[in-house]
Amino acid sequence: MELLKIDNLKTYFKTNKGIVRAVDGVSFSIERGQAVGLVGESGCGKTTTALSIVNLLPDNGKVVEGSIILNGKDLTKLSKDKLRKQRWKNVSIIFQSAMNALNPVMKVGDQITEAIMYHNYLTRDEAIKRAQELFTLVEIDKDRINNYPHEFSGGMKQRVMIAMALACDPKLIIGDEPTTALDVIVQAQILNLLNKIKEELNTGLLIITHDLSILGEICDEIVIMYAGKVVEKGSTERIYNNHVHPYTYKLFKSYPDIHGKKILEEPIKGSAPSLSDLPAGCRFHPRCSFAADKCRIEEPVLKEVSLNHYSACHYGGAWNE
Amino acid sequence: MKNSGHEMAYKRYKEFFNIFLHNKMAVTGAVILGVFIAIALIGPEVYPFDLQSFGTAKDVMNPPGTNHIFGTDDMGRDVLGNLIAGTRVSLLVGGLSTLISMIIGTVLGIYAGYFDNIFSMVIMRVTDFFLVIPWLPLMLVLTAILGTSIWNIIFVIGMTSWPGTARIVRAQTLSIKERPFIERIMSIGADTNHIMIKHILPNVFPLVFANTILVSAEAILSETTLSFLGLGDVSRSSWGMMLHYAFESGAASIGAYWYFLPPGICVVLLVLSFTFLGYALDEILNPKLKRR
Amino acid sequence: MNRQYVLKKIIYSLITIFAVLVFNYFLFRVMPGNPLQILMRNPNASAEAIEKTKELFGLNKPAHIQFFIYIKSLFQGDLGTSFLYKGQPVTEVIGSRILPTLLMIGAAEILAIITGIFIGVISAWKRGTKIDIISLSFSLISYSMPTFWIGIVFVTIFCVQFRIFPTSGMMTPGLSYSSFMGKSLDVIKHLTLPVLTMSLVLIGQYALVMRSTLVDVLTEDYITTAHAKGFKEDYVIKKHAVPNAMLPMVTLIAINLGLVIAGAIQIETIFSWPGIGRLMYDAIKNRDYPLLQGIFLLVTISVIIANLLADLTYGYLDPRVKSRS
Repeated sequence: MELLKIDNLKTYFKTNKGIVRAVDGVSFSIERGQAVGLVGESGCGKTTTALSIVNLLPDNGKVVEGSIILNGKDLTKLSKDKLRKQRWKNVSIIFQSAMNALNPVMKVGDQITEAIMYHNYLTRDEAIKRAQELFTLVEIDKDRINNYPHEFSGGMKQRVMIAMALACDPKLIIGDEPTTALDVIVQAQILNLLNKIKEELNTGLLIITHDLSILGEICDEIVIMYAGKVVEKGSTERIYNNHVHPYTYKLFKSYPDIHGKKILEEPIKGSAPSLSDLPAGCRFHPRCSFAADKCRIEEPVLKEVSLNHYSACHYGGAWNE
Repeated sequence: MKNSGHEMAYKRYKEFFNIFLHNKMAVTGAVILGVFIAIALIGPEVYPFDLQSFGTAKDVMNPPGTNHIFGTDDMGRDVLGNLIAGTRVSLLVGGLSTLISMIIGTVLGIYAGYFDNIFSMVIMRVTDFFLVIPWLPLMLVLTAILGTSIWNIIFVIGMTSWPGTARIVRAQTLSIKERPFIERIMSIGADTNHIMIKHILPNVFPLVFANTILVSAEAILSETTLSFLGLGDVSRSSWGMMLHYAFESGAASIGAYWYFLPPGICVVLLVLSFTFLGYALDEILNPKLKRR
Repeated sequence: MNRQYVLKKIIYSLITIFAVLVFNYFLFRVMPGNPLQILMRNPNASAEAIEKTKELFGLNKPAHIQFFIYIKSLFQGDLGTSFLYKGQPVTEVIGSRILPTLLMIGAAEILAIITGIFIGVISAWKRGTKIDIISLSFSLISYSMPTFWIGIVFVTIFCVQFRIFPTSGMMTPGLSYSSFMGKSLDVIKHLTLPVLTMSLVLIGQYALVMRSTLVDVLTEDYITTAHAKGFKEDYVIKKHAVPNAMLPMVTLIAINLGLVIAGAIQIETIFSWPGIGRLMYDAIKNRDYPLLQGIFLLVTISVIIANLLADLTYGYLDPRVKSRS
C-alpha cells in the first residue's frame, strides 16, 4: 500500500476577487522510502497541495473535494482535533525560510522537545536525549540544543529544522522549497542529508520546488504542476529524458545544460494565468507553441503515455526527436 | 523620467482620496472636526459671550434652566457661551502649535535624514534629548518662566513637540533616500534642493500628514492640561480654564456636572475626531508601506 | 550580556543627565523672566531665603564660576531652599513626598500592564470580533480623555454620588491606627481611585500596542511551524506568540514614563495625593522656583535612569541582543 495517496484533490480559496481554484484535481502517490518532487512555477498550487495534506490552510481556504489517504486513513474525513494530532507525528514539514521558521526567543532544543513530549509521551529527560540523537543524525554538535536560532548559520538552521521534523518519527516529511534559500554547497549537503534520511529511516519525502536542478539529486518520481493541475508525472528518469508535455519541455529548456550549447533559451512567453480567471480548454494553451484548435476548447486529462508515466496533453512527444 | 517621485506621489494621492471617503472612521472624524471648526469660526458671533459677564450671587452655579441651557459657572456666567468661545482657543492653540511643530520637525527631519554631516548629528542629539525629558514638567516649567499668554503657550507646545516629528520624518527620509530612483536622479547631477523639494518632500508628506493629525490631538490635550493646572491664558475663554475654575470652585464635590462635563466632553470629542482621522490614515497608508 | 554594550548605554545616559543639568541651569538662570530676577520681587520669599539663595548662586561672580557653583552644590545634595516651605531645604521637602508617588505609580503600572496585556492578547487572538472592536474603541476613547478629567468624573461618581471612596489625601485625617493592617487599609481606600484613574489611561495604550504587536507576530513563519507541530491554538499563542510580542512592551513601558509623570501631576492634584506631582502643582502655583527646579531635575533624571534600566532589561530578555559580541 502506498504511504500517501492523493486523489482528485481540490482546494479552493474564497477571496473578494472570487473563488481561487488553487488546487483543481490533483492526484499522485508516494511510497514508503520514496521521494517525490512537486514542481512548478510560483502560484501553481504546489505549496497549497502540501498544506492541504495537514490542513494548514489559512481561514479562507478549504479542501472541497478529493481524498488524502495517509497510511490507509483518509485525512479529509478526520475531525479537526484528530487531524491536529496527526500533525508532526505522521507528517512533518520543513519550511523554506528556516530563517523565520524557528522561534527566535526559544532554545532550539526546547522547540524539538516540546513536539516530542506532546506526541510521544516521553519524559523531559528522554525527550532531551532524543533531541541530542537527532542533532547527531543531522551532523550538528549535540550540545548545541541549548543555543538560540540566531546562533546558527543558514545551512545549519535548515539541519535544525530537519532534526525537528524527524522528532516524532514521521512517515512522511514535506519539504517546502527546502534548499531554495541556500547556496549551492550547503544545498548539496542538505540534499545528501535528506537522501540519508530517506534510505536509513525509510521516510517518504515530498519535495516541493521550482528548482529542477535538485530534482535529479533526490527524487524518485516527479510531479509537474501548472495552474492548479498536474500536467505530467512519472519517474525521474522518464521525466528528465522522455518528457512529453510542452510545459515540461519548456521548463527543462530554461535550465541550460552545462554540457550543452552555450546559448540561453528564450523564456516561456506570457505568464501563468490568474487562478480566478482561467483560460478555456487546456490551461497552458495561451503559452504553448504547439497549441492547436482542440487545445483551446477541450481540457486534456491525464493519460498514461508509457509505464507509470502520465501526461495531460492532446498531443505531445513530437519534438523529442 | 518615468518613475519620478512626483508621479509616484500623485498616483498615490488619487488612490488615497478614494479610499478615504470609504473609510467610516475617517469620515466620522472629519465631520466632527468640521463641526468644531464651524463653531469656532461663527459660534461666538452668533452666540456672543463676555468673560467679564459676572452674575450676582444668586446666578452662581445654577443648573441647566430656561435662561442658561448649560447652566451657570462659579462666577455666574453662561456655561454654553463660555464653551462656544472656548472652541476658538482650543483650535487656535492646537492648530498653530502643530503648525510650528510640523514645519520645524519636517525641515529638520528631512535635513538630518538626507545629509550625513555634523549638523545632522547635532539635530539628532537635540531631538533625542528633548524626547527623553517628560513633556508635562517641561511645559509647566517653560510656561511658568515665560508667562501664560496664549502666544507663549502656543510657542511652548510647538517647541516641545517638534522633536517627535523630526525623528519620524528623518527615518522616512532615510528610507526614501535608499530608493533606486533617487540614486538615478543624483547620478545625473540633479540639484540637492531640487531633489529634496520635488522628490523627497512629496513622498514624505503622507507620513507627515498622518503625524500632524496626531500631534494636533496631543497639542489640544496639552493646552487643556496646562490651563487646568493654572497656566492658561486668563484673559480668554478656554475649555481648560473652565475645567480649572470648575475644579478650584469645587464643582465636582457639589455635583455641578453641567460645569465640568461639557468642556471635558468637548475636549474628548475634538481629540477623538483627530484620533479617528489619524488612525484611519494610518490604516490607509500602512498596508501600502508594508507592501514595499 | 556584553559588558561593552552595558557600558556604552550607561555612559550615554550619564551624558544625557549632564545635558539635563546644563539645560536646567539654562532654564532657571539664563532665560528671560528667569526666577532669580523674579525672586527679588517675590513677596512670598522671606528675606532669609533671598540672602541665602543670592549667596548660593554667587550672582556677582562671572558666568562660568556660577555654573561650577551650581554643579558643586548639586553634588553636595543641595538643591536650594524652598520659598513655600519657609526655608526648608528643597531636598527635604521633595524627599518626604517621593514614596506616595512611587506607591501610586507602581500600583497603577502593575494593574495596567497585567490588564493591558490581557486585553491586547484577547483582541489580537479574536481579531475582528466584537471583543476586539470593543476594546479598540475603549483604547481610542481613553486615549482622547484628559487624565485629570477622568479623575474629576471618578470623583463625582464614586465620591459624591456613591460615597464609596474618599475624595482626597492619603489617609483619613485625625485618625490614628493601632496596627499596620489598619493603616494600610486606610491608605488603600484612598489609593484606589488615583490608581484606577492612572491605570485607565495606561491600559488603553498597552492593550493597543500589545494587540498590534501580537497581530504582526502571528503572521510569522515560526507560528505556522508551531501549528504544523499539532499544538492547540491557545498553546501556540501563549508559548510562541506572546513571548515574542512582549519584547516591544518593555520598550513601551519605558517610553510611557513621560505619560505616567504627566498623569501623576494631574491625578495627585485632583485627589490631593501627597506626592511629587501635587508638590509640583503647588510649586508652580506659588512660584516657588527652587522647589520647581529641584522637582524638574529629579523627575527628568529618574526618567533617564528608568529608560536605561528598560534598555538593559530588553537587552537581557532578547536572546539576539544578549549574545551580541
